[in-house]
Amino acid sequence: MIVLRLALQSLRNRWLTALLTVTAIAVSIALLLGVEKVRLGARQSFADTIAGTDLIVGARSGSLNLLLYSVFRIGNATNNITWPSYQEVAARPEIAWAVPLSLGDSHRGFRVLGTSPEYFARYRYRQTRGLSFVAGVPFADLFDAVIGADVATALGYKVGSPLIISHGLGAVSFVAHDDKPFRVVGTLEKTGTPVDRTVHVSLEAIEAIHVDWQSGARIPGEAVSAEDVRKMDLKPKAITAALIGLKSKLATFRLQRAINEYPQEPLSAILPGAALQELWGLVGTAETALKVVSAMVVATALLGMVTMILTTLNERRREMAILRSVGARPRTILGLLMAEAGVLTLIGIAFGVILLYAALLVLQPYVDATYGLHLPVEAPKSGEFATLGIIVIAGCIAGLLPALRAYRLSLADGMTVRT
Amino acid sequence: MSRRDADITARAVALQPAAPAIVRMSQVRFAWAGRNAFSLAIEGFALAARERILLIGPSGSGKSTFLSLLCGIIAPQAGRIDILGTDITALSASARDAFRAEHFGIIFQMFNLLPYGSVIDNVLLPLSFAPQRRRRATANGSAEAEAERLLGRLGLEAGLTRGTSAANLSVGQQQRAAAARALIGSPELIVADEPTSALDRDRQDAFLDLLFTEAEAAGTTLIMVSHDVSLAPRFDRVLRLDEIATGRQGAQTSGAKA
Repeated sequence: MIVLRLALQSLRNRWLTALLTVTAIAVSIALLLGVEKVRLGARQSFADTIAGTDLIVGARSGSLNLLLYSVFRIGNATNNITWPSYQEVAARPEIAWAVPLSLGDSHRGFRVLGTSPEYFARYRYRQTRGLSFVAGVPFADLFDAVIGADVATALGYKVGSPLIISHGLGAVSFVAHDDKPFRVVGTLEKTGTPVDRTVHVSLEAIEAIHVDWQSGARIPGEAVSAEDVRKMDLKPKAITAALIGLKSKLATFRLQRAINEYPQEPLSAILPGAALQELWGLVGTAETALKVVSAMVVATALLGMVTMILTTLNERRREMAILRSVGARPRTILGLLMAEAGVLTLIGIAFGVILLYAALLVLQPYVDATYGLHLPVEAPKSGEFATLGIIVIAGCIAGLLPALRAYRLSLADGMTVRT
Repeated sequence: MSRRDADITARAVALQPAAPAIVRMSQVRFAWAGRNAFSLAIEGFALAARERILLIGPSGSGKSTFLSLLCGIIAPQAGRIDILGTDITALSASARDAFRAEHFGIIFQMFNLLPYGSVIDNVLLPLSFAPQRRRRATANGSAEAEAERLLGRLGLEAGLTRGTSAANLSVGQQQRAAAARALIGSPELIVADEPTSALDRDRQDAFLDLLFTEAEAAGTTLIMVSHDVSLAPRFDRVLRLDEIATGRQGAQTSGAKA
């Protein structure tokens, strides 16, 4: 169709402004879709961090708080569970397995987790994946440590490297358990979860480095050497939390109630999935804000396009007069300008999608390695197509503004151009 | 006094064409919207088929209003405009647009072409809006071939017509391309609004020769507007617009001739 070809040539004639407009739309589209990708990726990363665990038990606290400190190593426990209480809970008949977690120390900014060797067998992420060793074995000796992938790369540790655990959680701690050095016996494969940034030791080791400590400081004159501590009873007095697997999921809520009503000590049992839902509810507002901002950027780009078309209208009055003289209706001119807006929006969207996927392909390994955020490179989903469809319609409607002005101009001008 | 001058003065005779009328305006009244706006009254105007007339329109005589009425861009508030037996004042605006596409070829003073389009696309443009003209243009082959033929007859080499955008043509070449656009598909009427005023005298003559020859071959009626009286000998009839039409500026009370 010659009219359409001429309209496209008219657009090509204004290629610089058209290119800038298309670029603005493309960037805004990439941002809009990118924000959504990151949002879903972040959700997925969170949801993928814990799997296969039916309940998490800790001292009485909010479920979100318990989930964050026990699984994501975010924040701190307000209280501990005493060892006898843990043992009583773990011995209940509904329970298939229980893994104790003891937190509170760190190594050069990485948290130290005291746990049982069963942890390496029971922990699951991304639905079904278990932990596996790149090198070495689980801890067996009192002063053995197993490090996550990020710890290994960040600190350059290998099997056999010595490490000193610091008391407390600061990256630069002034109080170190330097009298009882540990040795790396295993490094774990990258998981994209907080496990990567964790140093794992046995529960007994946590007890051992604290035997001569009280209230966060060494008891003066009562230092116990690393050799002597081996002969002591290192049964832990308390743990921070425990992961629990059940024989039957049907027992989940009954056991949860039983733990929450445990008479000897105030305990909380939470369902990881339910706690994550609570988290989504909490961050939902921020997500909405992000979406609104990126939608605004798209709206701004479309406004820029309207401005571009409007500013060219005056110099195109001759073009419209010629079209009118050969029989084009004012409606045709309205349609042409709307089509121009639609075409610009479509090209912008196409380039935006290309830009997004190019950025995803380039940045994905980096983002995964640096933030533990896995951004899948997959075909746009139907929801995204719907969003893009709405944007095309919005572009055409935005094009209505210059189109109506052109319509009125061409009605008034007819075949002659009054300027 | 020449026969031509006698024609100009003898309005009553000049207004009646010899052959059956292809265009007939009667009792036409048109006023632009707004206070103090221009209005035009045409008591009677007629044009015979295949006639070539020169319309002398001094500036301010309502030339563009007259042409807009003739071509159906605007509709009069009163009166009839019969073209090829159709009263176009009875048509809707879009029907008038379609009517114009089918039956009119229009050439402007200058800037006739869409500058970014190729010459051939500019020539083919009217066919997009006029199916009958497209049928006529494709009677002996493709529309492109017909456009090339017309352009060739008008002296535009084939090398210029494709590829190159119309903006690269000289003014004279652009006017000839515009003539080809007006002629393609043989519309019944060609309206040329000072098509030669941007050309020098030699080129004016050459352009008119080509236009007349092609219009003759297609059996087209030609209305040319100019204020250059020296072109008059080449036309069948010469009319002064201010003798056909009465233009008024401003309120209805003002009787001053524009």
